[in-house]
Amino acid sequence: MPKNEIILKIKDIKKTYHTKKNEILAVDNFSFNLKNGEFVAIVGPSGCGKSTILSILCGLEEASSGTIEMDDNLKFGYMLQSDNLFEWRTIYKNCLLGLEIKSLKDKEHLDYVNKLLKTYGLEEFKNAYPSNLSGGMRQRVSLIRTLATKPDVLLLDEPFSALDQETRLAVSDDVYKIIKRENKSAIMVTHDIGEAVSMADRVIVLSDRPSVIKNIYEIKIEDRKNPIENRQTKEFAKYYNLIWKDIGYHVQSGT
Amino acid sequence: MYSLEHKKFLKKIKTTSILVHTVQIVIIVAIIAVWQIAADNEWINTFIYSSPRAILGTIGDLYQDGTLFHHIGVTFYEVILSFILGTIIGVVTASILWRFKFLSRVVDPYLTILNSLPKVSLGPVIIIIAGAGVKSIILMALFISVIVTVINVHQAFISTDSNKIKLLESFKATKSQIFFKLIWPSNFRNMVSTFKVNLGLVFIGVIMGEFLVSKAGVGYLIMYGSQVFNLNLVMTGIIILAIMASLMYYLIVFFEHKYQK
Ligand SMILES: Nc1ncnc2c1ncn2[C@@H]1O[C@H](COP(=O)(O)OP(=O)(O)O)[C@@H](O)[C@H]1O
Ligand SMILES: [Mg+2]
Repeated sequence: MPKNEIILKIKDIKKTYHTKKNEILAVDNFSFNLKNGEFVAIVGPSGCGKSTILSILCGLEEASSGTIEMDDNLKFGYMLQSDNLFEWRTIYKNCLLGLEIKSLKDKEHLDYVNKLLKTYGLEEFKNAYPSNLSGGMRQRVSLIRTLATKPDVLLLDEPFSALDQETRLAVSDDVYKIIKRENKSAIMVTHDIGEAVSMADRVIVLSDRPSVIKNIYEIKIEDRKNPIENRQTKEFAKYYNLIWKDIGYHVQSGT
Repeated sequence: MYSLEHKKFLKKIKTTSILVHTVQIVIIVAIIAVWQIAADNEWINTFIYSSPRAILGTIGDLYQDGTLFHHIGVTFYEVILSFILGTIIGVVTASILWRFKFLSRVVDPYLTILNSLPKVSLGPVIIIIAGAGVKSIILMALFISVIVTVINVHQAFISTDSNKIKLLESFKATKSQIFFKLIWPSNFRNMVSTFKVNLGLVFIGVIMGEFLVSKAGVGYLIMYGSQVFNLNLVMTGIIILAIMASLMYYLIVFFEHKYQK
């Protein structure tokens, strides 16, 4: 697939949850297109429907209405908030989980997993158990587990929120590099504005529930590098403030 | 190399643990000694309360006429068989209930009622159905243990981390893949504690069954002893049960250590 070709067209997605007590309109008229190789961040206050959008994309939830257009062969890889490593499996076995389930444990995929473990500094921990790893390393394992099935689009649901502040910056830098080096497109959901601006090519700002798109920012950083360095640029501060106002304004009007 | 302070700390732990064991042994020796002295001096009625020496004598007699290990063997066999059957039936039923939510909602009140029903009351019914033999004893033990196993194991299954289930679903896992890759292995460790409870219940069930119908076994020994007013035999039976129970307890603890590594 050529770079920048549109690989995913989401149009007017609506999602209503039904519970015994009431119905919750979680997402309203959500539309956007994803280009190949693009890193899109979706920010919005917590509870506004961000996770719902990812769940719909990878088929865990069904949209109430709207359409998703994409190539039938487009594969998603979902990375959840907590690493969800299985404590009784070794690091290597954890990485193979998706392959086992999809019956893809062939030489090609196993070699790929081994390569990923080696490249991202986890080879010596192959036979260790998750409890012996730091939070940052566990998150890297979780990413490798997702990458192992060779998805085209990564869906990241607040992937760093379980980490403390310092590890968080380092791990987001790590994960960003891995995603770029493996040439993946990604949609990352977060409520951390700094994380979104420093990592993404495009930031979609959602309103409070039911989430509608408030704004979309093309993040144009002249001297774009890695997330930690991007945070030092003047553009970072500019976008940060714009988005903060988008979200902050809404909170005020809500109360 | 450990620091001096750490060595002191380790030594203190060791001393305490030796002390605990010593006190435990002193207590049991004291009980036996006081019991024997009270019997020798006729402070207690030895016809009812027996005495350590008389119990030892009875055990010796049973050993000599070859029935000691026969009775223990029969009870042990019944316990192990019911334990294995009960565990398998319980775990399989719990798995089916996990798989079929609708069914689990349907049977929920029945399980609750059966669980709180005193199972001894089923004794006469069981005898009529299964006859006065080993079958009835095992059925009794199963009635007592299976319901609790089903409830405990099912509860453990449904409280499995929902995020891990979501992760598997994102890989498009089937129900049976979710079961064998996640539900089963993640609960296997906790299952040992269920087994512990289960073994205790099965033991109760077997002895209860032996009271009702048997022709052999430690429960039979106790029942027979009480019928012929041989309270030495009754006490002996109780002591043998205590020894069997503690042996089985340590057996489970042994497996626990082995598999929780
Ligand atoms: N399975 C569900 N059933 C009912 N309500 C749900 C369900 N999942 C999410 N919701 C509700 O939908 C809203 C959006 O949830 P979510 O997408 O998880 O938000 P976010 O990820 O932005 O924090 C919340 O108000 C939440 O309570
Ligand atoms: Mg969420």
